[in-house]
Amino acid sequence: MTAGTDSAVAEAYRREWGRVVATLIATTGDWDLAEECAQDAFAQASARWPRDGVPRNPGAWLTTVARNRALDRLRRARTEAAKLRELAAMSRIDQRLDPPGEAGDIPDDRLRLIFTCCHPALPLDARVALTLRTLAGLTTAEIARAFLVPEATMGKRLVRARHKIRNAGIPYRVPPAPLLPERTGGVLAVLYLLFNEGYAASTGADLVRQGLCAEAIRLARVLVQLMPGNPEVLGLTALLLLQDARRAARVDDAGELVTLEDQDRSRWDRRGIDDGIALLDAAMRHGQPGPYQVQAAIAACHASAPTAADTDWAQIALLYGRLRELTASPVVELNRAVAVAMVEGPAAGLELVDALESARSLRDYHLLPATRADLLRRLGRQQEAAAAYQEALALVPTDAERRFLRRRLAELTAG
Amino acid sequence: MAAVKYLIPICGDDAAELSTEDGAAIDEAAQSWDAEMTRRGVLLDANRLRSASDAATLRVRDSDVLISDGPIAETKEQIAGYVLIDCADMDEAIALVSTHPLAELGAVEVRPLSTR
Repeated sequence: MTAGTDSAVAEAYRREWGRVVATLIATTGDWDLAEECAQDAFAQASARWPRDGVPRNPGAWLTTVARNRALDRLRRARTEAAKLRELAAMSRIDQRLDPPGEAGDIPDDRLRLIFTCCHPALPLDARVALTLRTLAGLTTAEIARAFLVPEATMGKRLVRARHKIRNAGIPYRVPPAPLLPERTGGVLAVLYLLFNEGYAASTGADLVRQGLCAEAIRLARVLVQLMPGNPEVLGLTALLLLQDARRAARVDDAGELVTLEDQDRSRWDRRGIDDGIALLDAAMRHGQPGPYQVQAAIAACHASAPTAADTDWAQIALLYGRLRELTASPVVELNRAVAVAMVEGPAAGLELVDALESARSLRDYHLLPATRADLLRRLGRQQEAAAAYQEALALVPTDAERRFLRRRLAELTAG
Repeated sequence: MAAVKYLIPICGDDAAELSTEDGAAIDEAAQSWDAEMTRRGVLLDANRLRSASDAATLRVRDSDVLISDGPIAETKEQIAGYVLIDCADMDEAIALVSTHPLAELGAVEVRPLSTR
């Protein structure tokens, strides 16, 4: 029974934390108070649910307890300034939450919360941290571990961000229609960054960081619930699911990276792929393509090929062409070159790669020389390929990729 | 949320030399922006500054007044003017300031005042 209520509290924490915090911020206007009172409410749930049973609507129970705690705290606040704030806040609380919400009628303020957390006036690292803390409910210690910084540093980052929201007058609301597309793009960028932080962590020692992928997907699914009519929200969620579905096959038992071509496709997560493709279909029915939908479509091409040889590279090359029109990114053009090489041969791909050599933004990007090396290798130009692998090795950021490039270089010189 | 006052330093290339006509056109555009913001009741103050080379910078150390010529920081971008507005929040400030004619030429900073 205790184990049952423990997991009920854990489940409620996962499902309801963001909503409780979001509602408390809406009613009190005080981010610190909102988080502290939400924490208190979950502590009370741990103490009382084993004795009294799990309430019928855990979210309403938690919000009511947290709200009462906030009222208590505000009543007890002593200073003159706090009393003024108390009066203002209490009248707002009375307006919004009196009578206490019964099943289902708690306002869902999470959308306001995520737009505020991802406001472009906040530093990017603070947007990411604040989203994980206030919306996903990760502790400061967990976020610090995930981003490899001391807990105190992460704590300061969060405090500064909350203070900036207050001091700079960053509004707690869903942006008005003219701003919405741009700001939604900002929110999606934060979620994608979060996912990539986790996805880049490929070894067992990085398990905490890998958890970021699951958090990003969870938050993206919340955003789908909150903005069901936005095709790019659906597109990003599809993209994350499709990429995540390949995770188990990306690394072999020895912790080495496995290229898409060599991955054991039976290890791909079918359900994730099906979910991703269903979301992508729903997105495309809107007839408003965007960068995340196109990237998801590319991922879907890979995911639905039974073997690497069955990959529809012509379609992928077309999609990268479309993506380049939407984003004008040289990284996209590099990927298009790889797809073109698969369709028209390595020489055609190399021509596109060579055209990118002058792109300043790719100057330190290891995948540019790595791609060149691979194309040169396939053209039988061994010496030039070896030189390009050396160039890539000088720039490569992760150990797993470094080992992969070394293996390729060794095969080249051995052959 | 209570209103916030924002100081908007308008920065531009200090060495940029505009033709008389261009300068007059910008002045006129800035003045009509000021008039519109006054009409909306958000503008508290606005002004242009003379070149940063006309400035002096001083520090008092051990009762000594140390004076140097020029602005605090010798950078290419210098404050060329400022606007003081009173807005509901950061988003309103951004929306208003993004219509300022000089935002197209230089950079504008949206800086909340410490006092409300």
